[in-house]
Amino acid sequence: MPESQGTTSPLLSLKGVSKSFGGLAALKSVDLDLLPGETVGLIGDNGAGKSTLIKILSGVLAPDSGRLLIAGKLVDFRTYNVRKARQMGIETVYQDRSLGEKQPLWRNVFVGRPVTNRLGFIRVQARKRATMEILQQHVGLRGTGITPDARIKHLSGGERQGLAIGRAMYFDAGIIILDEPTTALSLKEVDKVLAFVGGIHHRNKACIYISHNMGHVYRVAHRIVMLDRGRIVGEYAKASLSLEELGTKLIQIQAVTEGQTL
Amino acid sequence: MISALLNKFRIQVGISGVLICLLGGFMLLSPRTFLSARIYISFGSTIPFTAILALGLTFLVIAGELDLSFPSVMAISGLAFADIFLYTQNPLLAMIAALLVGGFAGWVNGLLVVKIGVPSIIATIGTQFFWRGLSALLASGLARNIVSVRETTLHHVFVGRLGDLVPVQAFWCLAIALALGVILNRHVFGEHILFIGDDIHTARLMGIDTDRVRMLLFVFFGVVSAFVSVLICLEMANWWPTQGEGYLLLVFASIFIGGTSVFGGEGTLFGTLVGAVIIGIIEAGIISAGLSGFWTRLVYGFVIVVSVSVYSMVFKTGR
Repeated sequence: MPESQGTTSPLLSLKGVSKSFGGLAALKSVDLDLLPGETVGLIGDNGAGKSTLIKILSGVLAPDSGRLLIAGKLVDFRTYNVRKARQMGIETVYQDRSLGEKQPLWRNVFVGRPVTNRLGFIRVQARKRATMEILQQHVGLRGTGITPDARIKHLSGGERQGLAIGRAMYFDAGIIILDEPTTALSLKEVDKVLAFVGGIHHRNKACIYISHNMGHVYRVAHRIVMLDRGRIVGEYAKASLSLEELGTKLIQIQAVTEGQTL
Repeated sequence: MISALLNKFRIQVGISGVLICLLGGFMLLSPRTFLSARIYISFGSTIPFTAILALGLTFLVIAGELDLSFPSVMAISGLAFADIFLYTQNPLLAMIAALLVGGFAGWVNGLLVVKIGVPSIIATIGTQFFWRGLSALLASGLARNIVSVRETTLHHVFVGRLGDLVPVQAFWCLAIALALGVILNRHVFGEHILFIGDDIHTARLMGIDTDRVRMLLFVFFGVVSAFVSVLICLEMANWWPTQGEGYLLLVFASIFIGGTSVFGGEGTLFGTLVGAVIIGIIEAGIISAGLSGFWTRLVYGFVIVVSVSVYSMVFKTGR
C-alpha cells in the first residue's frame, strides 16, 4: 500500500464519467481515484468498459458526461487529446496498438511527439541515441543485437511490450496505463513484464494495470477495482484479501449482475 | 557495412539494376538510337509528367490510400488553365486557378474518404467520372488551342529548354523528388504518413491526427495532378478533353515497379522515380529495336508482373 493514502491528493480523478456508443452504455457514472505511487488493477470481463475507460484517460475518446482531474486540474475535453494527455504525464501502453510494425524503433519511440526542429524536421541522430538509451536502461535488451534501426516486426512480443513500457518510462510519465500488456506473451516474457510493472511505483509513479488475468493483476496491484457492464462493482485493497477470495468475489458479482439481467 | 547498406536499400539497388539491364539491352539492340543524346532529351521532356504524378501518388499509397481520379482532375484543372489563359492572357493567374481547382478536387476526395468514410478506391472512381464529365460538359467536348502560351515566361520556366536543349521539366521533376524524399524520410508529416499506412488505429492511439493528415494528402495530390496538367498544357500548347487519360495505369505501374507496397506503411520515392523512367523508356526501346508498337504493352505487362512477383517473394507479403 502507498504509505500516505488519505493525506495526499489524487494524481488523477474521474468523477461520474459516462460514455455510450449508439445507445449502448459503455460506462455508467464511473468514479476512480489514482494516488501517487499506487498501482491500481482494473479487472473485468470483455465488454466491461475497460478499454473505453482507458481511451478516455489517454485522450482518444471524450466522455458524454463527467469530469476528469489530473493533478487537481480539471481537464477540458474539447481540447483534450493524446498529445495533451502526454503533456500532462499520462502514457498508455496498449496490448498491440502501441507500435508501428513496419517502422524502425527510432521512429516508434518518438511518433506523435514533437522532437523536431522548428520547421518540423526530425532530429534523427538525437532520436537514435535516445532509443539506444531506452533499450539499455529501461528495456534491458543489452547485447541482443537489437538496434534503433531494427523494425518492430522483428521483435518478440515481450520485447515489444518492453519497448512500449520503456518509452513511457523514458518520457518520465507520472501515470502509466497498461492495457492487457501480457496478452499473447510467453510465460517467461509475462514474468519480465510483470516485474517491470511491479517496479513502476518505486519511482513514485502511478499505474493503472488492466487485465482479465486476475493472477497478474493481483501480483502487481495495491488496489483492485472491478468493472462490470460499465459500472465499478467492487474495490478492494490487496492486503485485505487473497487471490482466491478475489476470484470468488468476481464470480459472485458476475452472478448477481447476470441474475439482474435475466 | 556495405552488405548492411545493400540490404537496407535492396529495393533501390534491385530496381536500378533492372533499369541498367533494360538500357544495356536497348543499347545493344539499337545502338544508333540509344547511344545518342537525342533520345534522352526526348525522355527528359516526357517522363517527368508520369514521374511527378507517380511521386505524388506514392505518398497516398504509403498512407494506404488510392486515387484513381487524378486523370480527370488533370482534365478539369487543365481546362481551368486553358480557359482562364485564353480569357485573360495571364498564364500565372491561369496556373494558380488550375492549382486551386486541383486542390479543391483533392479536397472533395478527402471529404468523401476521410469524413464520410467511403473507401478511397470507390470514392475516387466516382469523382473520376464526375470531373471527366464536368470538363467535357464545360468544354462542349472541344479542345483548346493555346499556342500563344509558348511565348510566355511561365512556359520557359516550367517546360522550356535549358541551353535550347535540356527540358526544364526534368529539373522540376528531380527537385520535386528530392523535396518529397526529404519530407517522407525526415519530416514529421512523412512519419505520420508512414504510421497511418502501417496501421491507422495505432497511429490514432499514438496521437497522430489521422484525419487531418489524410485530408492534406488528398489535397496535396489534387494540386500535384493540376500542376502536371499545367505542364502538359504548356508543353503541348493545347488542352484536349481526354487529357490525362493515358496516365492512370502508367503511374500505378511506376509506383509498383518501384517497390512501394500496396499494403501501405512503406515505400520509396527513388523506386517510383526509377519505375517511371523504366516505364518511360520501354516504348522507345521497343520501337527503335524494330519491333511493332504492339509489343509495348506486352513488355509493360511482363516487367510489372515480374517485378511485383520478385517483391512478393523477397518480402513475403502474401496473405
